[in-house]
Parts: sequence; C-alpha cells; structure tokens
Amino acid sequence: MSNPHPFVDIRHAQKSFGTLEVLKDISLQVDRGQIVAIIGPSGSGKSTLLRAINDLDPLTGGEIWLEDKQINKSLPYRQYEKNINDVRQEIGMVFQHFNLFPHLKVRENVTLAPKMLKGLSDTEANALAEEQLTKVGMIERIDYYPSQLSGGQKQRVAIARALAMKPKVMLFDEATSALDPELVEEVNLVMKKLAEEDMTMIIVTHEMGFAESVCDRVLFMDQGVVVEEGPPDVIFRNPKNERTRNFLRKHLAGAAS
Amino acid sequence: MGLDFSVIPKYLDIVLLGAVWTIAITIGAAVVSFFGGILLAVIALYAPKIIRWPFQAFSFLFLGTPLLLQLFLIYFGLVQIGIDVPAFMAGVIGLGLHFAVYNSELFQTSILAVDKGQAEAARTLGLSRMQTLRKVVVPQAVRDVIPPIGNNMIALLKDSALVSVIGVSELTLSAQRAIGSTYRPFEFYVLVAAIYYIINLVMEAVLRHVERRIQVSR
Ligand SMILES: Nc1ncnc2c1ncn2[C@@H]1O[C@H](COP(=O)(O)OP(=O)(O)OP(=O)(O)O)[C@@H](O)[C@H]1O
Ligand SMILES: [Mg+2]
Repeated sequence: MSNPHPFVDIRHAQKSFGTLEVLKDISLQVDRGQIVAIIGPSGSGKSTLLRAINDLDPLTGGEIWLEDKQINKSLPYRQYEKNINDVRQEIGMVFQHFNLFPHLKVRENVTLAPKMLKGLSDTEANALAEEQLTKVGMIERIDYYPSQLSGGQKQRVAIARALAMKPKVMLFDEATSALDPELVEEVNLVMKKLAEEDMTMIIVTHEMGFAESVCDRVLFMDQGVVVEEGPPDVIFRNPKNERTRNFLRKHLAGAAS
Repeated sequence: MGLDFSVIPKYLDIVLLGAVWTIAITIGAAVVSFFGGILLAVIALYAPKIIRWPFQAFSFLFLGTPLLLQLFLIYFGLVQIGIDVPAFMAGVIGLGLHFAVYNSELFQTSILAVDKGQAEAARTLGLSRMQTLRKVVVPQAVRDVIPPIGNNMIALLKDSALVSVIGVSELTLSAQRAIGSTYRPFEFYVLVAAIYYIINLVMEAVLRHVERRIQVSR
C-alpha cells in the first residue's frame, strides 16, 4: 500500500457524556474526494461524531486521523493546542446556525482566519475573499453585515469563510435545516459545486434527496452505532436493515406531510 | 444677602479650566477602566489560579473600600515607599482602577453570554484560544455591554469630584477656590452643577451615537 492511511480515518470512536454513551465504537474511512452522508434519527450521535473529527467534542476512546496526522493525540497542553490549531486549519466546518461573526462584515468574516493564521496581506486577503465569495455567489454582499443577510446567504458566506482556509475536508452539520424551505436550494447548489470540484466532504443531513444525488456513500446511525452503510441507491432504495427501513419510512412520511 | 450672578464672569476662566481638568481626568480614567476592566474580566474567567487569585484580592480591595481612601493611599501613601505619583496621575489611576473593577463584572457577564457557537466557529478555523477571545468573543462582549458601561462612565464623571481632595484643580475644587474669594457658594455651585450636567449630556449623546452605530453588527 502506498498510502497507509485513508484520508479521514475514524477508528473505534467512543464518546460518553458522563454516563451517557453517545458513540459506541464507530469506524469510518473516507478517501480523498469522497462524499459521505450521515443520516439518522435525532440524538443518534451524528453531530457528536462530526464534532469529534476536529476535536470540538473530544472522543473518550478511539483515534481520528487526517492523512498521516492524528487529530486527537493526547499531548501536553501547549503541544496539543499547536497540533489541534494546525489540523483545524485543514478541516472546514459548517454549522446548522451559521455562526457568522456578527460584529464583522462579510469580507472580514472570510479574511479573519487567513490573515491571522497565514499572514496574508490585506491585498491578498481581499483577493481571496472575493474569489471565495464569488464562488458562493455572495460577492455583491461583501460589505454587508451578517444581520443584513437572509439565512441562505449567511450559510453561503459561512461556506466561503471555511473555504478560504483551503481545507482538505469539509464537514457540514445540517447546513440547511435552519433555513426556510425556499432558501435550501441555493445552499445545496453551492455544496454540489464543491462536490464537482472533488472536495472531500462529510455531510450530516436530513435531506435524503440531496444525500442521494451528491453522496458516494451513506451511513445510517442510530443510538451511537452505524447500523448500515453503503452506496446511496442501496441505502435509500433497498436497505437491508429493519431499523434503516423504519427510519426512512417515518422520515419520508414526515417530509411528505 | 441676595443672589448675585454678576460675580461669575470674573472667575469664569478658572472654572472653565477646572472643567477641562475634569474632562481630562474623566477621559483618562475611562480609558483605564475600560481596558483594565476587559483585562480583569479575562483574567477572572480564564487565567490559572496562581494569576487569578492576586487579581481577585486586588479587585475585592477596590470594591470593598471607599474610593476616597484609595485616592489618599495612592497619592499620600505611595510616596512613603518611594513612589511619587503626581496628583493628576493619582486621580486617573485611582478612579480608573476603581471603575475597572466595576466594568470587569459587566464584561465577565457579557463574555459568558456570547453564543458558544462563536468561539466554536473561530476555533474550527484554527484560531487559538487567545486569538478567539481577542478577535471574536471580546469584541462582541464589549458591544453587548456598551449601555451599562456608559452608565459607569457617567458615574465616573461624577466621582471625579473626589479628586479635588488630593489637590487636582478640577471643576469642584476650582469652584471652591472662586467661592473662597467671593463668598458666593450658591452661585458657583449652581454654575458648576450646570457644567457637570452639560458634560453629562454630551457623554449620553456620544453613548447613544455609539449604540446606533453598533446596531447593525448584531
Ligand atoms: N455536550 C453534551 N453534554 C451532554 N450530552 C450531550 C452533549 N452533546 C450531545 N449530547 C447528547 O448526545 C446525544 C447525541 O447528540 P447529537 O447532537 O450528536 O445527536 P444528533 O444525531 O446530531 O441529533 P440531531 O439530529 O437532533 O442533531 C444526545 O442524546 C444528546 O443529548
Ligand atoms: Mg445534530
């Protein structure tokens, strides 16, 4: 094997909050350019797993690797901080509630991290912001504050902010579920565009149609375990596991009503 | 003896000079109390115990004793151990630190009230704890607490009159000097009250302006 590690490698991830076991021995390998969707009922541990990937919710057991670097390595405080800040630069994350910085204009939201962490000059940072905001179709709003944008626009800016760090992987935690239905599509289009550019992505979503159309692989999680995983047409059209079938049936009924 | 405001013009320059000193002390102490307050808040919330405890003892001292006594201590007391602080500086430092402690309480509350998602978003981009505080959390905390901080600054303006006791020729002391020569306390105290009131109005106008400016960045 030329590459001993898959691109993102989650090995036997375990996570407990106190006595509550939220992730029970989850393993997941994602190759470069792959797009993986994680679906499952509320409380099944999807966000926890995604947040473990950049150590926002550190695991209580198991390992997480990005290429040849272990993300959750236990190190003395200072070394840990340095290590984690370096890896996090390579992992973009998009949150359900956008988490744009409200005190900064769109432009500064995008340039803040590149300027602080990569030492970009104002000119370079501006060019970068313009490039990323053009990609997500938000260049016209570059001098607006987040409070002046719609939810869909905020989320597109949040994606541009993450992309500006030139991450190797993008994590999406229900990027569209806080949006009004008519604003979902504009964000989905941006994510599809990233997929076409072969961005590696892990997407937690409740939108089965979207997952089916962009993802290479789907994981169905329930109560902290991966119940079933496979290509989208199998998981969505022909799931083998009873729990997967029940979830999808309920979910489709819910979405239709 | 009736009232006679015609004595005022002759002493107006002394009183106005006093007003200038009052404004200078208020601005100086406001700046100290603002940045000192942020620093104290960050230390109280995030510093390791060994740094936090001495600062908390210091804060407790400033909260638990009269401002007048603190001014005496800085101006008359420190000289004895070889630290000679000029009266103006003693006033700025004393008032500034006293109000820094009050401001720190406000900043602590507002720092904790900033949505956790803000720090998470900053950390996911790779910012360190310190960078996250400086660029993301503290600016928002400051923005959210401008109205009560402004009220503290107005209280600071009023308490700046105490600095007269260590001999800074600010507004109150200059009025007393004018009264000493004219025996017209009512006239001069009314004049000085009016000047404090005007400075107060200006401060409130500035405050409202700042609040309007930051409205869009919420
Ligand atoms: N910080 C925390 N402290 C304690 N329990 C937590 C914490 N975060 C999550 N949990 C619990 O862990 C479980 C999994 O939560 P998680 O947010 O990962 O679920 P999810 O699959 O993302 O659900 P949803 O679809 O509702 O977002 C839940 O029971 C939740 O209450
Ligand atoms: Mg979730």
